[in-house]
Amino acid sequence: MVSYDDVPISDSSSEFDMLLNMGPQHPSTHGVFRMLLKIDGEVVTHAEPHIGYLHRGSERLTEVEQYHQVVTLMDRLDYLSNFNNEWVYCRAVEKLIGVEIPERAEYIRVILGELNRIASHLLFIGTFGLDIGAMTPVMFAFRGRERIQGLFESVSGARMMHNYFHIGGLKEDLPENFSDNISQLILRLREDIEETDRLLSFNELFVSRTKGVGIISKDLAIDYGWTGPGLRACGVRYDVRKSEPYSVYDRFDFKIPTTLDGDCWDRYFVRVMEMYESLSIVEQALEQMPEGPVNVLGRRLVRPPKNDVYMKAENPRGEIGIYLISDGSDKPYRLKVRPPSFCNLSALKELITDSYVADAVVILGSLDIVLGEVDR
Amino acid sequence: MDTDLGEYEMLGSIKGMFVTLKSTFKKPVTDQYPNKRRPVEARYMGFPALTWDYEVIEPYCTACMVCIRDCPTQCMTASMKDNVLYKEEKSHRRKIVDKFEINLNRCILCGICVEVCNFDAIVMSHEHEMSVHERNGDRVDLIELLDMGKRFQRDTKWIPPSQLKKRSSVSDKPPIVSPPDKDGI
Repeated sequence: MVSYDDVPISDSSSEFDMLLNMGPQHPSTHGVFRMLLKIDGEVVTHAEPHIGYLHRGSERLTEVEQYHQVVTLMDRLDYLSNFNNEWVYCRAVEKLIGVEIPERAEYIRVILGELNRIASHLLFIGTFGLDIGAMTPVMFAFRGRERIQGLFESVSGARMMHNYFHIGGLKEDLPENFSDNISQLILRLREDIEETDRLLSFNELFVSRTKGVGIISKDLAIDYGWTGPGLRACGVRYDVRKSEPYSVYDRFDFKIPTTLDGDCWDRYFVRVMEMYESLSIVEQALEQMPEGPVNVLGRRLVRPPKNDVYMKAENPRGEIGIYLISDGSDKPYRLKVRPPSFCNLSALKELITDSYVADAVVILGSLDIVLGEVDR
Repeated sequence: MDTDLGEYEMLGSIKGMFVTLKSTFKKPVTDQYPNKRRPVEARYMGFPALTWDYEVIEPYCTACMVCIRDCPTQCMTASMKDNVLYKEEKSHRRKIVDKFEINLNRCILCGICVEVCNFDAIVMSHEHEMSVHERNGDRVDLIELLDMGKRFQRDTKWIPPSQLKKRSSVSDKPPIVSPPDKDGI
């Protein structure tokens, strides 16, 4: 147990310093995250983040589950981008056993992965607005997210824990009414995103709360291992989909939005721009999608040869990495996840120190962490 | 804060109020839940249930234990017995399910049991409102599972997937690609 005495008291602290325990049930911590703040008036002089409240031992559990059962555990890492997690794990196992999955399956994976990115960013925008005190955007954002999840339900049968990507392709082909559903969805989704964008992005109350708050420099962000929208907000044009294109991403024409300042507003705005790009990727993928089979392995027991593999992909929150060691049996010997949320969260102490308490909430919100992935 | 807002001062909140005003005159999209339930999608994965063979009047399940071995959370148990109808030559199932129990509190609704089943015996039903008062109230036995399955079969006009496959043309089967390493699979 960490007690209040564990927080180091620096020489500069006055006797008026107060310790404030924020979380683990605080709504703005987006889960079970706890911070111990030392505050002098309204200024945070020291912050001590505590994680581990949602530790479920996912990495250990993979060692006692067969390869096809591990997909269900990957769903539960970052529970806002389930398809992307399943995707990177399936790619890792497919590389181990050396199978190429059918083109149609690749395209369906891209479509669902990008829609999941939009759903995740929409939830970020809604909750980020809530952190600041804007009550309306969350309603608009959740309406859009609800539509995406309705589509996911019709495809995979579940709204969040899909278990739809299988090793060697997909569980089954798309439903018959998919093309109608998705063309309607894209139209409505574009309206939803534009509406949320108009409502929030350049609202001066929003801008004055977020612009110039929680600035991180390019070098520091790289030092902390930041990836994803947080890093791109500092002006680093790094995206795994472009730098090392996986799946069929090299066939699409899309941009990587970047901004220069690296503050909370930039981290927000990069995500808004990314949603438009994701939407265009979905449209392109729908045009190019071929007919054909979606699975090459069926449901045969997978037994990869003795080897290890590291596979990375661009999740909504940054670069996720899967390091997988196989000992030739039907269960992984070891599976290590490099979670983007965890690496982004590591810079929190640096960002929060010397900011206001109210801004601490904004900064934490702008990092867009998912505790299921931080603690695993 | 040195953000330069200039003449846009206060415009944002007025714009926000305008959006609220616009929404006031729209028809609400909220469903009043207990009175009105939204239909679920055809592929929706609710709690697992066992299907009933109306031609032979017995369950499809032979308690072969495939789903039980493949379940990631070990939420099921089962045992089999000799089939009386097989001796009377009414059924082709030599063995039949005797006891079957699923702890729905442990079930994570992944659908692996349905994928691995060779006898079309288990389905992901559309039932999802299973709150109970007792701690162990969600441990459902064979009778309850078959009831759930019968409801599902009736509501969705269920046809066994193996029969569906026979009906559709054989040519759309995925080609079997052999992996390069023979130890691969």
